[in-house]
Amino acid sequence: MPRATTNRWPDMTSTADIFDSMEYGPAAESAAEAEKWLDGHERKFGLFIGGEWRPAADGQSFETFNPATAQPLGHIAQAGAADIDAAVAAARAAQTGWAKLSGHKRARYLYALARLVQRHARLLAVLETLDNGKPIRETRDIDIPLVARHFYHHAGWAQITEQEFPNHTPLGVAGQIIPWNFPLLMLAWKIAPAIATGNTVVLKPAEQTSLSALLFAELCQEAGLPPGVVNIITGDGATGELITAHPDIDKIAFTGSTEVGRKIREATAGSGKKLSLELGGKSPFIVFDDADLDSAVEGLVDAIWFNQGQVCCAGSRLLVQESIAEPFYAKIRARMENLIVGDPMQKGIDIGAIVSPTQLARIEELVTVGEREGGTKWQPETACPSEGCFYPPTLFTDVAPAATIVQEEIFGPVLVAMTFRTPAEAVALANNTRYGLAASVWSENINLALDIAPKLACGSVWINASNLFDAACGFGGVRESGFGREGGREGLVEYLRPEWQAKLPLLETPPAQPTQHAPAAGTELPLDRTAKLYIGGKQKRPDSGYSDPVLAPDGALLGEVGAGNRKDVREAVEAAGKAAGWSKASAHNRAQVIYYIGENLEARAGEFRDRLIAMTGASRAQAAKEVRASVSRLFSAAAWADKYEGAVHQPPMRGITLALNEPIGVIGIACPNEHPLLALVSLAAPALAMGNRVVVIPAERHPLSATDLYQVLDTSDLPGGVLNIVTGGRDELAQVLAEHDDVAAVWYFGPAAGGAAVERAAAGNLKRVWSNHGRRWDWHSAQHSEGREVLRHAVAVKNVWAPYGE
Amino acid sequence: MRQTGPEMSDNVSILPTRSDAVGRNPGMAFEPEWLEEVRINTSAVERRAANIPARRTVKKEWQTAWLLKALTCIDLTTLSGDDTPGRVKRLCAKARQPVRQKVLDALGAGELGIQVGAVCVYHAMIAPAVQALAGSGIPIAAVSAGFPAGLSAPRARLLEVEESVAAGASEIDIVIDRSNVLTGDWQALYDEVRAYREACGAAHLKTIIATGDLATLRNTAKASLVCMMAGADFIKTSTGKESTNATPAVSLVMLRMIRAYGERTGCRVGFKPAGGISTAKAALGYLFMMKEELGRPWLEPELFRIGASSLLTDIERQLEHRAGGRYAARHHQPMA
Repeated sequence: MPRATTNRWPDMTSTADIFDSMEYGPAAESAAEAEKWLDGHERKFGLFIGGEWRPAADGQSFETFNPATAQPLGHIAQAGAADIDAAVAAARAAQTGWAKLSGHKRARYLYALARLVQRHARLLAVLETLDNGKPIRETRDIDIPLVARHFYHHAGWAQITEQEFPNHTPLGVAGQIIPWNFPLLMLAWKIAPAIATGNTVVLKPAEQTSLSALLFAELCQEAGLPPGVVNIITGDGATGELITAHPDIDKIAFTGSTEVGRKIREATAGSGKKLSLELGGKSPFIVFDDADLDSAVEGLVDAIWFNQGQVCCAGSRLLVQESIAEPFYAKIRARMENLIVGDPMQKGIDIGAIVSPTQLARIEELVTVGEREGGTKWQPETACPSEGCFYPPTLFTDVAPAATIVQEEIFGPVLVAMTFRTPAEAVALANNTRYGLAASVWSENINLALDIAPKLACGSVWINASNLFDAACGFGGVRESGFGREGGREGLVEYLRPEWQAKLPLLETPPAQPTQHAPAAGTELPLDRTAKLYIGGKQKRPDSGYSDPVLAPDGALLGEVGAGNRKDVREAVEAAGKAAGWSKASAHNRAQVIYYIGENLEARAGEFRDRLIAMTGASRAQAAKEVRASVSRLFSAAAWADKYEGAVHQPPMRGITLALNEPIGVIGIACPNEHPLLALVSLAAPALAMGNRVVVIPAERHPLSATDLYQVLDTSDLPGGVLNIVTGGRDELAQVLAEHDDVAAVWYFGPAAGGAAVERAAAGNLKRVWSNHGRRWDWHSAQHSEGREVLRHAVAVKNVWAPYGE
Repeated sequence: MRQTGPEMSDNVSILPTRSDAVGRNPGMAFEPEWLEEVRINTSAVERRAANIPARRTVKKEWQTAWLLKALTCIDLTTLSGDDTPGRVKRLCAKARQPVRQKVLDALGAGELGIQVGAVCVYHAMIAPAVQALAGSGIPIAAVSAGFPAGLSAPRARLLEVEESVAAGASEIDIVIDRSNVLTGDWQALYDEVRAYREACGAAHLKTIIATGDLATLRNTAKASLVCMMAGADFIKTSTGKESTNATPAVSLVMLRMIRAYGERTGCRVGFKPAGGISTAKAALGYLFMMKEELGRPWLEPELFRIGASSLLTDIERQLEHRAGGRYAARHHQPMA
């Protein structure tokens, strides 16, 4: 019998009746204090800029609603360009003073914010539930305590940033755009690390859920936070676009859909803004036959029926071992029957309201598609309230990777289930997605679980758990789930940069290519050599069949290199993709190979020196120094191979969280014309040391140092395909790399325009880009060009949560 | 499912049993392979156990009804070396009228016939309890089989069970020999419980697995299964004498085993947490767990008991508060 959930207890209030039925009955959280707060503001809210409240300059506003009742809650200012300008100006004005404060002084403010969040915890929780529709149990027990924890943890970072990050400076003004699914928690994830490290912020909450951010602004006032350090501006996507495009913002941090993330990547391309994107997901929930199945079912409740499934890292794709699939499905269905959907202000509710009619319509549409494509839909008898935005928990079986609902993020309480036969197939299915945010692995076999975790393409893995979060542990994705981390040390570096980076000069425009001149008649030439491309460990002729001349500074022809084209890049990426064994090799083994490259380069030092002199006109001493530095840099990369280690985080649980530095995958590297040997080595060697496979476009004007390397590589035991070299037009080839969906990152060092083009093209698969933004790197400086500052670009941090206990 | 067995005709209980409506668990052949399939993840179990009371709550009339229900599931217990007939009579008086009639009437529960689930005593106190509870319908549970260590001579343990049944106990709370669990001798555990089951005759068998001594949740799960295979009508957490008594985590594991056993055999086995449950709030938490994990049928004394003594007073105070709106004093509640 369907249970009515809005008014589930119409005529049954006698003790005797209840004694018989043993229903739970209503238990409403009071909205009185939150209503009083709303009324106290006459249900009209302005923008918080420079420590003061003001209406939008053009007087625009919009209404915000309670999704559970469709009742309006208040009017929110719609910020326009003038407001963004004012907010950014306020943040800019405050930033210098804020950064100058001692770490301890900043820590005191963050500590105060943590305490204030705790003191007003219930008001924040109730307001969040009214505005968002998620169960009061979640805002009360999960969201708000995590917010307080985030400010406490980062108060600590503020205190010790100077010691832990010497010679680093804040970025300046951060523009932060957050989603509606965890409004205040996402605010905390954005604001706490930013202000702890001396940045100031302009933050925009999602238009559906602005209220808790506005209450937080009042807490900032109560904490005495200097005006302008935190600015809260409200508005819709158009307001967000204004922030993204604002020229005086140094950093954009965005959490939201992959679609919008892609637009932001394009919009910020070439702007020099540092970017972190935390986007969508379709995270696998893998259940092996030796799992505690009853506990795994509860894990699923936490994974997909938490926050109505409106969670970027929701475990929305169930992968279950075929041998146990049917009994496991039966357990899931039985559990689903017990989930209560209804008014989120009721304390005994499992699933609350979907955030908006638009979102509800999207869920309904995708479920229809799922049925149309042949999936078997199952929903429990549990009735959904007819008023407001509600959707029942839903299970799809008989679906395959080809189904729309298996590929698309639904962002609702809808689980799709598939089976696998072997651990390898589980990994293959898990990774068969454009996303890579999180994964959950269930097995009582530690060998199996710890074997699977590193093989999953994602940023967080929960072993025998799901949706665990903590301020000490980095959270973020790979692939189209974005890049950058929030939480922990890895999250803090998103808001800092080394001091030297702030002072880099612009790259000078290189002198025009000299005019090629033929050798004087009768000159005795060395034996002709053909510099081909280096792909898959073999020298290959360029697909185009053309060659480009390489000239000395005086225009003399030094040789010719293959004119690589997009097909050559494709072949090189293919070869790099196949060389996956390199990523699995031990760090010790990788180091041995890189040392060996150094040894073999040293053996030919004279030859490489002379080549540099001939190509660049460098003095003998300068050229010799570059070769020596290159050997040293190879040693540095080899040295770091087994020393750039992860961390063991200590979240408040019995267990460990391992932050693993993992290779990114295939990295495309476009080298600058300066220091053609040293720059190539400085970039490629650390990438290789961390286990990546690389496609290098060498210095366009001086590529022979790269082509000369082939023989060095061939004699150094480097497996074929690990390092591939494609000569040719740098920007043309870099564009191909940036547009290649099987390339996980591009490092571009060249003029600003080229970097901008790469960043724009990278939006396609949201690959990571590391660029010099048209600045001149000092390739001889170890500070600029080796060690941790380089290595962090060569890894993705994966947090593996392993609760334990017997 | 077997309602009556051949052994029952030989041992007719003189007092009514509460579980007749449910049907007894006849047990099944020992199946060691089933134990090999047991998988328990401690952290995940603890998370779920902690989560249940956060996900469910009862207020107002619902709280009243649920507290009354908890009351009817109490095995009101005295297990002290200094127990006397006088002390047991006082306990039985409380069992008959656990809440003042005035309070019950004010709550609209005057006609519900609220009394506790059973009175639980040592063998020596069965006789005074039989006398004191005559006509009440309240069953007498006796702890037996060398309680609380369960290590006396095997024949003596069986004899004690038979004697207690003969003396008028309709429920026998035995404690298993933990060494069989700790050494993994599951067959021996099965044989032991099977023997108690036979010795019980018509009386219902509650097996205490003493989770505090079993060290791991996996042991708890396996011991629970073996006891049910051997025909336990109830599985019970603790004697109350171990250093750790009933916890939500061990309870959750035992409930999941009851569910698995029920799915396999169609038999409903009861659950009794005991020891350390002294607040109304904790008792409600257990009721929520029963309903969430096993369902409505397990919210009746036929399938759920709480072994407790001071819990009753705390529930009385909450009920008095519900009835009159004033926070109640302990000394206003009649002593057991």
